[in-house]
Amino acid sequence: MNNPAENPQKEPLLRIAKRAELPAGKIVILRLLAVVLSLVAGGIFIACMGQNPLTIYGTILSGACRSAMAFQGTVKLMIPLLITSLGVTLAFKMKFWNIGAEGQIIFGATCATFFALFCSGMNHVLLIIVMFLAGFIGGGLWGLIPAVFKVRYNTNETLFTLMLNYIALHIVSYLRDGPWMDPGSQGFPKIARFDKNASLDKFLGIQFGWLIGLLLVVIVFIYLKYTKQGYEISVVGESQDTARYAGMNVKKIILRTMFLSGGICGMAGMIQATGSDITLTTSVAGGVGFTAIIIAWLGQLNPFAILLVSFLFSVLEKGSSVVQSNYGLSTDCADVLQGIILFFILGCEFFVRYRFLFRTKVHSEKKIKAEGE
Amino acid sequence: MDMVIKFLVAAVGAGTPLLFGTVGEILTEKTGHLNLGVEGMMSIGACIGFMVGYYTDNFVFALFFAALSGALSALIYAFLTVTLMANQNVTGLTLTIFGIGFANFIGIFVLNKSPEGTLKLPEKITAAMRGIHIPGLSDLPIVGELLFSYSPFVYIGILIAGFCGYYLNRTKMGLGLKAVGENPGAADAAGIKVTAVKYRNIILGGAICGIGGVYCSMIINGGVWISDNVGGLGWIAVALVIFANWQPSAAILGSFVFGALRVLKYYIPQSIFPFPIAFYDMLPFLMTALVLVISSMRKSSRINLPAALGLNYFREER
Repeated sequence: MNNPAENPQKEPLLRIAKRAELPAGKIVILRLLAVVLSLVAGGIFIACMGQNPLTIYGTILSGACRSAMAFQGTVKLMIPLLITSLGVTLAFKMKFWNIGAEGQIIFGATCATFFALFCSGMNHVLLIIVMFLAGFIGGGLWGLIPAVFKVRYNTNETLFTLMLNYIALHIVSYLRDGPWMDPGSQGFPKIARFDKNASLDKFLGIQFGWLIGLLLVVIVFIYLKYTKQGYEISVVGESQDTARYAGMNVKKIILRTMFLSGGICGMAGMIQATGSDITLTTSVAGGVGFTAIIIAWLGQLNPFAILLVSFLFSVLEKGSSVVQSNYGLSTDCADVLQGIILFFILGCEFFVRYRFLFRTKVHSEKKIKAEGE
Repeated sequence: MDMVIKFLVAAVGAGTPLLFGTVGEILTEKTGHLNLGVEGMMSIGACIGFMVGYYTDNFVFALFFAALSGALSALIYAFLTVTLMANQNVTGLTLTIFGIGFANFIGIFVLNKSPEGTLKLPEKITAAMRGIHIPGLSDLPIVGELLFSYSPFVYIGILIAGFCGYYLNRTKMGLGLKAVGENPGAADAAGIKVTAVKYRNIILGGAICGIGGVYCSMIINGGVWISDNVGGLGWIAVALVIFANWQPSAAILGSFVFGALRVLKYYIPQSIFPFPIAFYDMLPFLMTALVLVISSMRKSSRINLPAALGLNYFREER
């Protein structure tokens, strides 16, 4: 507020200024530093619980990769996380706050389950393809609902997608308690296990969803980086006015992107239901939709970085189940650590774009260094 | 008739945690910051408040530490979004995931250490939370049950909501707060300390959410600790802010209406309305979605949505 030229004494002790673009190497170092600091903070938390942080971190790493079976379990956890993160990435790139991945997963899985339960006699390959399409279209439509209201009435998409999560969840509990209840379960509310014909095949010991995930990494990368539609998404994300001025049909782009975003999440639901759970439960999404948002953000919306982050997160989750059995710390530890890591990364982004200026150093700009967190 | 009174009483009870969450979030959103971490702040408040209550057997301590922990978790959010200008949606969401994980983690940690294998609040604190009884007033037919029979939480909640309504609409500080949420640049130029106002109200909002959380852990399950005890109420509270049109006084009515929706399934005879249970569970969320759509359809000036909601304020860009 005070003009420094007129009144240098009253310059605030600490002020914030924009930074010129940092070189890529420095940004990477800054982010790594944030991760290290977050692990230190997580370590302090673990130490407060009376455990040695290094042993716990070691157990997480070794626990997730100690045997072929453990590693397969880790990859199995990764599949829905990876695919869903890629799905929300499309929407986030457009600055459309799709936090309804949870609901899109559930609804996609529900649509696919219809075919698994009632058309299980179909040719296997055909059935799987039909179920993929059902999952994709189901999730896509679930994502399209908030998009339609967004472009038509500017309805807040964050809250609307959130509400749709719970609505989808209760659709499943309705189907589970009523029309789709397993007749062989003697009144216990659950949906029947899928026929072998309707479950995903395995590839290298893991359901082949992981191949689809890897394929999607490449597809989403190319789509965002090298196609016209991908370019349109980033322009709309940066500024809708610019997009409109350039003659883009913003409404169409939002609708299309949300359909794709929801569709990919729906596919993740289908893969989880038919590949891992082999049935439909209310926990088919089980928080994946929310974790995926963290992953997408940590991966800076870059599909390859997302692949890496989602792998590390699955290691964290798988490893923390080993920590639970060995040290009695519950698996919620993984959520706590994920939260801490993202807090630090979110904070670190500030130092990529801005810096603190101290009063005494205002006139010798070059000496100013960003303060660590 | 008896059934109707029971239903209304249950609705007030079910709506109380929502009331705290909603009022807390209204204060937060009035600063222009959309904190999606309500669920997380409530969870942390639920956990810390419960544990303090469990060990000290003191109701006031439990409330105080629930509010304090809610405030501290809101401080994380405030530091990241106000000072470090991080993305509000992602920060709030992270706070939710962190908060739920933290609460469940601590809950199981303490549970494993307890000799009985369950965590149940001791006698004295349970008695302090029970419905009040004012001789004479509480014994009145109907009125006594409807107005003077609730847990102290209900009255605390209504008091806080009333106080916040007064603070927002009738005080200079509240006016400054609203100015910050509408146009931080103009508020700054008018000499309002934008950063201080944001911090103060986000933290205050977090404290109120924390009290709502401890209601979930201490009352809903009869004083026994279970994981995930907030169970999505924080999210309904975020939505209720819209339903209440950013007015704390309207939040009182709104949260009791939503409380009624939550308990409706126990009071509607299946023979008359043969809806599946899942439909009733879905109802609060369906209603919220409807409210969202309807309020966005009629773009009247009576909608109190803060104009700068979701936008971080960087002084040099104003």
